[in-house]
Amino acid sequence: MKTDRPLGAQTEARDDEVEHRGAQRGVSPSTRSKKEWLEGTYAPATAKTAERKSRFSTISDAAVDPLYTGEDLAGFDVDRDLGYPGEFPYTRGVYPSMYRGRLWTMREFAGFGSPEDTNARFHYLLKHGVTGLSTAFDMPALMGRDPDDPLSRGEVGREGVAVATLADLEVLFDRIPLDEVTTSMTINAPASIVWAMYLANGENKGVPLEKMGGTIQNDCLKEYIAQREWIVPIRPAMRLVVDTLRFGAARTPRWNPISVSGYHMREAGATALQELAFTLIDGLEYVKWGVAAGLDPGAFVPRISFFFDVHNDLFEEIAKFRAARRIWAREIERRYHPANERALMLRTHAQTAGVSLTAQQPYDNVVRVTLQALAAVLGGTQSLHTNSLDETYALPTEEAVTLALRTQQIIACESGVADTIDPLAGSYYLEHLTNEMETGFQRYLDQIEAMGGMVEAVERGYPQREITESSFHFQRQVEEGEKVVVGVNKYQTPEETPIPVLKIDPDVERRQIERLAAVRAKRDAGRWREAMDRLREAAVAARGSSQAELMPAFLECAHAYASIGEQVTVLKEVFGEYRDPGYF
Amino acid sequence: MKRPIRVVVAKAGLDGHDRGAKVVARALRDAGMEVIYTGVHQTPEQVVETALQEDADAVGLSLLSGAHNYLFPRINELMREKGMDDVLLFGGGIIPEDDIPRLREHGVERIFPPGSSLEDIVDYVREAVGRRRGEAAPA
Repeated sequence: MKTDRPLGAQTEARDDEVEHRGAQRGVSPSTRSKKEWLEGTYAPATAKTAERKSRFSTISDAAVDPLYTGEDLAGFDVDRDLGYPGEFPYTRGVYPSMYRGRLWTMREFAGFGSPEDTNARFHYLLKHGVTGLSTAFDMPALMGRDPDDPLSRGEVGREGVAVATLADLEVLFDRIPLDEVTTSMTINAPASIVWAMYLANGENKGVPLEKMGGTIQNDCLKEYIAQREWIVPIRPAMRLVVDTLRFGAARTPRWNPISVSGYHMREAGATALQELAFTLIDGLEYVKWGVAAGLDPGAFVPRISFFFDVHNDLFEEIAKFRAARRIWAREIERRYHPANERALMLRTHAQTAGVSLTAQQPYDNVVRVTLQALAAVLGGTQSLHTNSLDETYALPTEEAVTLALRTQQIIACESGVADTIDPLAGSYYLEHLTNEMETGFQRYLDQIEAMGGMVEAVERGYPQREITESSFHFQRQVEEGEKVVVGVNKYQTPEETPIPVLKIDPDVERRQIERLAAVRAKRDAGRWREAMDRLREAAVAARGSSQAELMPAFLECAHAYASIGEQVTVLKEVFGEYRDPGYF
Repeated sequence: MKRPIRVVVAKAGLDGHDRGAKVVARALRDAGMEVIYTGVHQTPEQVVETALQEDADAVGLSLLSGAHNYLFPRINELMREKGMDDVLLFGGGIIPEDDIPRLREHGVERIFPPGSSLEDIVDYVREAVGRRRGEAAPA
């Protein structure tokens, strides 16, 4: 429906309608104010039967009114604030046909044990209909340590797949067509190193760089804010990210060299608004650093992708996705006015909220995941991971992950929600929430810009403390029963039936240590030495200049079978190490 | 006047999930205890050294990385070596039910799974430390 007047003006009903309805009910609802209804109808009703709660609020504790009307959208302009799908400001979706053209990419994040174990899981998932791969690495890899590092004890292959060199990636992506399937790799501090290994593996199989598609998370800011997988201090980490943005824009047109992530902040306790605001401000910080290094925003900004959490509060979540697109388009347009309009389009991955899952009554989690996945789809996500019901116990079993994938397929094929674009647009409540997100974002942006930008804010611990406060506040609300978690603080079951849990082969650690030793014995020592020297030179040069490039050195290290730990050691020696300030 | 309970809330290994540890640290502090939070990425040696330096009554270790079968026993072993037999070791996080009996054998008195209430944790620490100090549990 095309309308050229703002939704907020829809209270001005046609005169004849007023007269007609007026004849039936005395006064037409469309000419009465919300206040009149609240006082005249709602208050007397709730005086007789009280409201369920003394205060209603979203899961992020934003107040919720009993009713929303056009009055809550004062100043709202449909053309300016909504537009059409595939058009500025992209509130209704980044692509003109959205899911009528192509459904979102269904990715199930997978990684555990050895590269062989995870390769088998990848093939299983592809057989059951995932349309993209998503790789979870183990903690040693994420922290840039080899399996034989003393701090890796007990962690190899536990939370994700164990990898140390190109030899592991050869096994991990064995029989995967790297020019057809896109691969997301959730890794941050050592992202460039692992990306180089993936690209080197493709090159060795005859797939040119420009044909490989995928995403590396590579978002260092949120590591200091929330996820805590850091290596070097913040500024050199930003420097490494800029290097991947440069390489990506020049050499890998199908790759997203960064996925600016709110997920981990939300899981750490951020509200929906904090997640939205800090993520977008992180994104703007990367763009600022890229531009300062001389990159053309029209060339690199279109390859910046995003990653949001989807929590339980259906409307708040949908609003968050819609607001994110509108804010990004407006901010990038205002700041850079790029010739390439794709730079304005916020493309995002979404994952259901791990933190919302309960160990108690684990089958309830299937229902939570369904609601969250629905929110992501109604919010217009480009790809989606649905969590499995058993993830408060361990990484998911095959059965559990299949059910999570089926949840997406049922939403896609049976619910009908994917058949028309942005179906909830125009809802007073949803548009109001979307506007509120934008207003709230502006408040955070002003504060953080006053500090000098996100790098400075993170150095001061500002977003970290905001999130810690919210996390504590929510926990208190749960303890006091103000927020209900079914099965935890309400409707508990005394006896729980245990569910099957995935076990990781404890022998993986020993085998990965042996495999790494074998690679070290077999690799060309001269080529390795040369590659390592070149990496050190590149890192030293990068310390002094925003123009020096690191990716070619990482690629050469990958081809020379240098391990992640070996390369990270060089980076630590050149750039130093970051330590947890330990706020609580 | 008796000394307040001192608790080291620790994150060991490479695990970065610190939401639970921080919430618990804060709840213990709000309950009047002295809390030392180690920050993430500590070695077992560092955790035990902190507990020793701080003369802690209790060490609460949070683990969500799957490395609990190594890190808890290792910390317990180091605590025994240092003669910290009167110090309470407890924990929380993502720890499968099946692993809990083995952790108990390794000196981990209690594990709080996801969804545990802060009040229960505070009460437990008070009671367990009181027991170790030879006091009656506070009412």
